[in-house]
Amino acid sequence: MSTERGRIRVTGFDTDRVTERDDLSDWSEATTGGTESRWRRALRRFRHNRVAMLGVYVVAAMALLSFFARPVTIAGITVQPFSIAPYDPSTILYLEPGSTVGRYDPPTLAHPMGTDASGRDLFSRVLVGGRLSISIGFVVVGITATFGLAYGAVAGYYGGWVDEILMRFVDVIFAFPGLVLALVIVALLGGGYWPLVIAFSVPGWAGYARLIRGEILSVKENEYVLAAQALGARDRSVIFRHIVPNAMAPLIVQASLSIGTVVIGVAALGFLGLGFEPGTPEWGTMLDQTRETLIQGPGGSIPWWATVFPGGAIFLFVMAMNMIGDGVNDALDAQEVGNVGQGGGG
Amino acid sequence: MSLRRFIAKRVLLIFPILFGVSVITFALVHITPGDPVDVVVALNPDISPAEEARLRARYGLNDPIWEQYLDWLVGVLQGDFGKVIATDRAVSTVIVERLPETIALGLFGWVFAVIIAVPAGIYAAVRKDELGDHVSRFLALSGISIPNFWLGLMLILVGALTLNLWPVLAPRTALYSPEMLWYLLLPGITIGTASASTLMRIMRSSMAEEMNKEYVTAARAKGLPERTVVLKHVLRNSLISVTTVAAFLTASIVSGSVVVEQVFGWPGLGRALISAVSNREIDLILGITLFIGVAIILANLVADILYAVLDPRIRYD
Repeated sequence: MSTERGRIRVTGFDTDRVTERDDLSDWSEATTGGTESRWRRALRRFRHNRVAMLGVYVVAAMALLSFFARPVTIAGITVQPFSIAPYDPSTILYLEPGSTVGRYDPPTLAHPMGTDASGRDLFSRVLVGGRLSISIGFVVVGITATFGLAYGAVAGYYGGWVDEILMRFVDVIFAFPGLVLALVIVALLGGGYWPLVIAFSVPGWAGYARLIRGEILSVKENEYVLAAQALGARDRSVIFRHIVPNAMAPLIVQASLSIGTVVIGVAALGFLGLGFEPGTPEWGTMLDQTRETLIQGPGGSIPWWATVFPGGAIFLFVMAMNMIGDGVNDALDAQEVGNVGQGGGG
Repeated sequence: MSLRRFIAKRVLLIFPILFGVSVITFALVHITPGDPVDVVVALNPDISPAEEARLRARYGLNDPIWEQYLDWLVGVLQGDFGKVIATDRAVSTVIVERLPETIALGLFGWVFAVIIAVPAGIYAAVRKDELGDHVSRFLALSGISIPNFWLGLMLILVGALTLNLWPVLAPRTALYSPEMLWYLLLPGITIGTASASTLMRIMRSSMAEEMNKEYVTAARAKGLPERTVVLKHVLRNSLISVTTVAAFLTASIVSGSVVVEQVFGWPGLGRALISAVSNREIDLILGITLFIGVAIILANLVADILYAVLDPRIRYD
């Protein structure tokens, strides 16, 4: 066969065979149309991390279970009517008429996790018990990361004496272990939901501020920052539109690792009897009275279930949260951030 | 910057921080409503308003806030942290009395953390991505995730109540007797687990990073046995970051002691803080918090100086 090309006659080469042959690879122009953004690439890497995805499923399952455990009413309106937990977590079943339930009943089919010191259903209490700790964890990390971000960004961007003063204050916060500062604040404000949020927010932001300041110091040397300034952009827009997005990765890693720390901290204050009213269905508070029972020992039988299940729930949640944190760290390829006894817990 | 200048600068830096810590501890108490006289009045309802005013004047509560702060600071600098109302003992006496107990517990936890973390970190880095690495990383992740109070309760449940290896309560013997040291294992492990896990993770990643450096290839090319390469060359360089982290872990051990002492009924500073909080002994809360703050500032100072001594690069920033 031959092909006519102008006046030249090409022989021994069949163009049809080239256009019709199988592709050597599945490469095509369309799939590489643009570069994948950094965040999209991180998301894809995160999705392929099986350990991290297991963490996501566990955290999601525990958060949903605690939300749907009992109906939620806000200002008299029921916003969440479902009720997975078989009993009301605060009902003392022991006192119900015709009840066969006693104090510290071992796990049975009717009460899969047994009953506690007051004859309340532990399974229902463990399900509901996550509400306070989990939501405080997320709220505190939201507040502290936002504030720390703004604080660290200002210190790092302006530098000089502004930086010097702002960072000395951060050093002061770092001189207290998060849990001790939280404990003192709760001691002065009293327990409850919002006092606990404040107690863990006051020590929590300093870590983010220090981290973001360091990032900003290196990011602001980039030429695009100089370009933005030369074009007359205001400081605020330079900081938040050009510098901060490029300094976010370590902040996100730190935030995902801090949620677990705050949850443990809240439970620890509950365990110390300072976080909530005694008897509140909260994982840490539930462990408060079991210590006495364990140590004094009700002779012969040890109510292990009252200790194992609430604490196991905290452990499971925090473990899953840290698996997510490690996954985020790997996906964003951020530097190892030390989670060393700071950020509101330990 | 010479090493001496670096240390001098770093030591001078702690004074503004110490000042800030004292301001914050003082402010914490004074932004909350109510003062000690309100407590006294609540306990004795028949105190007349005139007497109440006289009490306020006597304790200097009508002075401007900065004057009150200075009075308090002068007291603190002279070692006078105020008094425990219920027992009428000086706060400083209580702190001095409880301190050895907390130091014993913290030291135990610290030694446990280092003994476990350093070999585990070396092992994990050498066997990177093998089964042993995965197992030790899983254990380290569990270690940083487990709440220390629950770990303590579980150790009592399993070690003391089920296996009967330990007594349930601390033996009433001297702090450094054999029975006491055996018992201290339980709270020591409880307080040290989180630190051991953090330290192990840092050890592993810093070892793994060093293993990729060129001097390691050079050492191997010279024909040194792998053992010598790891234990003599890599370990030495990666220990630098581990040493400083170990010093920083003091903070986590201090806050751990607050909870763990409560679990094991250990009569240390942390337990004193908790009972001060329940009994609203403001002076005692302030004294212990300030003491902890100063201890951590000093630990961080030691960590920074150690880092500068071990790694000459840090001085030339």
